[in-house]
Amino acid sequence: MLLTITNTQAPASDLGYLLHKNPARVQSFELSFGKAHVFYPEANDERCTVALLLDIDAVGLARNHQKPGGEGGMLAQYVNDRPYVASSFMSVAIAQIFRSAMAGRSPSHEQLADTALPLTARLSALPCRGGEMFLRHLFEPLGYIVNVAPHPLDEQFPDWGSSRYYTVELAANCRLRDLLTHLYVLMPVLDDEKHYYVSQDEVEKLLGKGEGWLAAHPEREAITQRYLRHKPYLTQAALARLSEDDAPDPDLEDELHDKEEEQAEEGISLNQQRLGSVLAALKGSGAHRVLDLGCGEGRLLHLLLDDKSFSEIVGVDVSYHVLEKAKQRLRLDHLPARQQERIKLLQGSLTYRDDRLKGYDAAAIVEVIEHLDPPRLTAFARVVFEFAHPATVVMTTPNAEYNVKWESLPAGRFRHRDHRFEWTRTEFQTWAQDAAARFGYAVRYLPIGPDDEAVGAPTQMAVFTLLS
Amino acid sequence: MKLTIPELSVVALIGASGSGKSTFARQHFKPTEVLSSDYCRGLVADDENDQTVSNEAFDVLHYIAAKRLALGRMVVVDATNVGTEGRKPLIELARKYHALTVAIVFDLPEKLCQERNQERPDRQFGPHVVRRHIQQLRRSLPNLKREGFRYVYVLKSVEEIAAVEVEKQPLWNNLKGEHGPFDIIGDVHGCFDELHALLLKLGYAITPQPDDAEFAYSVSHPDGRKAVFLGDLVDRGPNTPGVLRLLISMVAGGTGLCVAGNHESKLLRKLNGRDVQITHGLAESLAQLDAQPAEFKPQVAKWLDGLVSHYVLDDGKLVVAHAGLREEMHGRGSGAVREFAMYGETTGETDEFGLPVRYNWAAEYRGKAMVVYGHTPVPEPEWLNNTIDVDTGCVFGGKLTALRYPERELVSVPAAHTYYAPARPFLPEQEAAPVLTAQQQHDDLLDISDVIGKRYVGTRLHRNVLVREENAIAALEVISRFAVDPKWLIYLPPTMSPTETSSQPNLLEHPSEAFAYYRHQGIASVVCEEKHMGSRAVVIVCRDEAVARRRFGISEGFGVVYTRTGRPFFAPPLAVEFLTRVRTALDVANVWAEYNTDWLCLDCELMPWSAKAQDLLRHQYAAVGAAARVALHDAVAALQQASEHGLEVGELLTSYGERAGMVEQYIAAYRRYCWPVNSISDLKLAPFHLLASEGAVHSDKPHPWHMAQLARICAADPELLLATPYQLVDVTDQTSQEAGVTWWEELTARGGEGMVVKPHDFIGRGPKGLAQPAIKVRGREYLRLIYGPEYTTAENMERLHARRLGAKRSLALGEFALGIEGLERFVRHEPLRRVHECAFGVLALESEPVDPRL
Repeated sequence: MLLTITNTQAPASDLGYLLHKNPARVQSFELSFGKAHVFYPEANDERCTVALLLDIDAVGLARNHQKPGGEGGMLAQYVNDRPYVASSFMSVAIAQIFRSAMAGRSPSHEQLADTALPLTARLSALPCRGGEMFLRHLFEPLGYIVNVAPHPLDEQFPDWGSSRYYTVELAANCRLRDLLTHLYVLMPVLDDEKHYYVSQDEVEKLLGKGEGWLAAHPEREAITQRYLRHKPYLTQAALARLSEDDAPDPDLEDELHDKEEEQAEEGISLNQQRLGSVLAALKGSGAHRVLDLGCGEGRLLHLLLDDKSFSEIVGVDVSYHVLEKAKQRLRLDHLPARQQERIKLLQGSLTYRDDRLKGYDAAAIVEVIEHLDPPRLTAFARVVFEFAHPATVVMTTPNAEYNVKWESLPAGRFRHRDHRFEWTRTEFQTWAQDAAARFGYAVRYLPIGPDDEAVGAPTQMAVFTLLS
Repeated sequence: MKLTIPELSVVALIGASGSGKSTFARQHFKPTEVLSSDYCRGLVADDENDQTVSNEAFDVLHYIAAKRLALGRMVVVDATNVGTEGRKPLIELARKYHALTVAIVFDLPEKLCQERNQERPDRQFGPHVVRRHIQQLRRSLPNLKREGFRYVYVLKSVEEIAAVEVEKQPLWNNLKGEHGPFDIIGDVHGCFDELHALLLKLGYAITPQPDDAEFAYSVSHPDGRKAVFLGDLVDRGPNTPGVLRLLISMVAGGTGLCVAGNHESKLLRKLNGRDVQITHGLAESLAQLDAQPAEFKPQVAKWLDGLVSHYVLDDGKLVVAHAGLREEMHGRGSGAVREFAMYGETTGETDEFGLPVRYNWAAEYRGKAMVVYGHTPVPEPEWLNNTIDVDTGCVFGGKLTALRYPERELVSVPAAHTYYAPARPFLPEQEAAPVLTAQQQHDDLLDISDVIGKRYVGTRLHRNVLVREENAIAALEVISRFAVDPKWLIYLPPTMSPTETSSQPNLLEHPSEAFAYYRHQGIASVVCEEKHMGSRAVVIVCRDEAVARRRFGISEGFGVVYTRTGRPFFAPPLAVEFLTRVRTALDVANVWAEYNTDWLCLDCELMPWSAKAQDLLRHQYAAVGAAARVALHDAVAALQQASEHGLEVGELLTSYGERAGMVEQYIAAYRRYCWPVNSISDLKLAPFHLLASEGAVHSDKPHPWHMAQLARICAADPELLLATPYQLVDVTDQTSQEAGVTWWEELTARGGEGMVVKPHDFIGRGPKGLAQPAIKVRGREYLRLIYGPEYTTAENMERLHARRLGAKRSLALGEFALGIEGLERFVRHEPLRRVHECAFGVLALESEPVDPRL
């Protein structure tokens, strides 16, 4: 809520001319989300500090459903950090209240506006997703000396750790307009939230504001990605209402954890090898009509679609949201009609019997079982083997033994936070053997990824074949 | 001429254009019963006479006909129907939906039809058309019966048509007006002695009438009960004639109803002189009948011929048939229905004894009507999806069993002998270990079609509750990914509405409005319970693992603790430790004997809040506190600095100073509900509803009863269990209300969340039906956690006073009704899918968009 900028080049209070704000006055401005006050805590020849103090109307924002982004996100909450932190609200305030200064226009002091000054910006509470390192990576390449003070979440509960808020001082010799522009772009990037709907114009805005510095910035990709925050999706709000206090948004969390898992498994393009092996097993079985149970965003579906030997492909997932993403990724609505007929996506659950899954040649169940609570595996096995009853079932799951090979993965931790278990080869094979025997299948196993002599391969695959 | 038309039938009007079919249809049938091809032509192509769209028009006609028949409605097809190809689909539709078929033929002179058509400007299609119609009709006439029309009526003149009277006839199986009570008796197979004994045991008085040639017995029951026989009275056993004599008397005397079994059908064919194989005990019947007086056999044949294959009784709530009946066949009459009712369905395979393998139709049964059947001997009758097989193989040395309806009690007498050796042994060779019931085995897996899509869930308390498709989508994901085994999930707690907004400008909530609400509902006595600030927890505890297995069908564990969305509260080792503590307390409090149960379901609050809400606290509550504190501190400092060198910031400084103070109060507010949890002993469980135990949902007891029972249980482990303090308030008494308000003020002044006001009775009813089961009244400081640290400024208060409770209250009622309904269904041993749809429904409703702060 508070930004101060200090100039120490005499006569320091010329800062007022550059900002078009008189240091002797306290000015208030009405903004769409509340008020802003501009005043000078100090203004003399040696030092002049301007303060931009926001008074964000949190209650108004939460109550006004007209406002975009108001549903389900941070802004719907009355208990909200927005009124107190430097965020996109601050960017909007800068752009409105210091518009001329940011454009470098100062008819009376044109030269000063084009001159680098010894400026220090101070933000009381800047949320930094990515922590101090990321903050430094953003500002230091632009020539700032960065001074950071972290804040604990609650000193009475030290084990809760630190908050994501930092008091930040940025000092540099630069033009005022550059400082304002950098803050304008980078505050929301650090915060990783936008209070308004991100539309196509945002790209233009970013290109305009980033002119001259963004292209050469080493973090330009992260900046772009975060600046253009992804849109909310259809079921987000509904799911959020079902979320528990300890897991605010299951899908969003999953996305983050998927990335973690990918990072953990990095270096060997394990996912590609996995999908390749599954595809090979499916083709080898001679299947034409196939199920991808737990299809996620549809990476395997993509490979199946590209292969003419599969005449009917059904992707099933319990998350409606990822099915929508799969639909987009696969461009299902844009496929030629003949192709569209080959594939369909269903919301389904692998712990409920489902007649829609009956009568297929094969089912792929890739990295799915480890997301089920162990007591639910019995139901899962019946759904797949007894009721869906395909001739071939191709199943993969992590091999827990291999985890020691990854330095980035702390001992005892799973590869993905939603994993309910990770099995050793013996554990998986015992389970698979039992399921095969119970439901009349034969089973064989294949390693996927580099096969280590001691701990095996990172992924284990089982191929079940129905005994006639 | 009187035309008898079965109430569920496909009626084909057959006649040339101009023969008066439409006029006839209008006179004798409801407009909605008549499906006209011309009308359908109009529907698809705007022109009732456009013959080029006939295919499309008939598609529409057949589609509507199918929907009507599926719903059990008559269909009258007004088209020329003169060709075989036009009638064939109608016969097929009737067969598919087990409806009867009627042909009404308008065989009028060609001249008359031609004249009529000439009078109509829209029917100028030339005389050859009508001529062709009549030729086709005449050719069809002799074949209609063979095509499959059960009733054929031919009308040959205008006069005859004018004299027609249509009589709609209920089907023989329709005994919906018989309300019982009934005693439904399984396969007797000539076991007269056992039948006699069973009837006596059921309270029937049986008097022989040796002088009556036709009716050998007079049977009555003091309570007016009726015995319903499921067929297979004959064959195999020692005294088939005796059984038949008794039955003939009972049916004639109005104390018995009987449906036909496969053995009756075969015996009848034999008696009618057909050539049948003398197997499966038929020889015994024939020999016994031969020893009877000569006039008995024809009497038996006549009686058997009159037997119907199934009955629909008691307003459709009960269906009886020898071998059971699928839902879509209830109350229908076709060969397929009769076949199914008498023989059941087989898979086409044979078992190791050479007998056909029966297809278990009951596993797929979803109907509302209870279906009672026999045919397949079982050692013990078992409920499956509201169906039950009561053939306990008396003739094979088992027993003869009756199901008392509506009591659902089983009464049986053992067989005196093994009269006949079964082809397949049906009695267990030895006493087996306790296993899951047929229903539990079936319920091991739920079917997805029982939860997805839009559906209505009927509840006893609050009519049908609608679950919308998009909410079901969200619920399916959450249940599949995070919830405990659905077998545990017999209840999910409902949401709770706050009180109406306070009339006091500086308060959002105050007890006065809650008291007023119940007073307006006509409820005088309410209970105020302290509202604990933790996380809602449902706790189910069984006496031991064997109980969990037997009653819940769970293979591991003896209890469960789950959240309001059905997630397990603790990781397994901690859960066992926690549940063991609770169970020990229940043992000590001697609840098992007290409630005559071996399991309990409790609705509770588990504290501290921080035990469950760590992430929420860290990401939201503490985070906001940390940011606000730093920012406001700096803002105040900057304003002070400005003020010191003479700027006019006085007002801002005051306001930001106050805001800084509010943030401190806010931080203090959430800290109260947080404490470190290092072991079970740091947790507090406050049960407030003793929801259910074996055979009982305790929603029939008032809240003070729950409070007293739970206090007793809590006393058994005061370290873990917390009895909820409560107060009774009479909302028609000023002093009593003031005492309630004072209590609330004290609670909230100590930092409590507030209180919950409930009607004295668990289920309160007002003039418009169910009243809110509970209303929360939260304290001023607590509400900072809901409406933000600074909600108490005058400007914010004024705006926050505008809030709408309607949606929240309607959800609260729906979810409450669903919650109790699920428990009642569980206690009644209903199929899991029926219990599950309630919990699923609560979860789905919870995903409805309502203001989360209410």
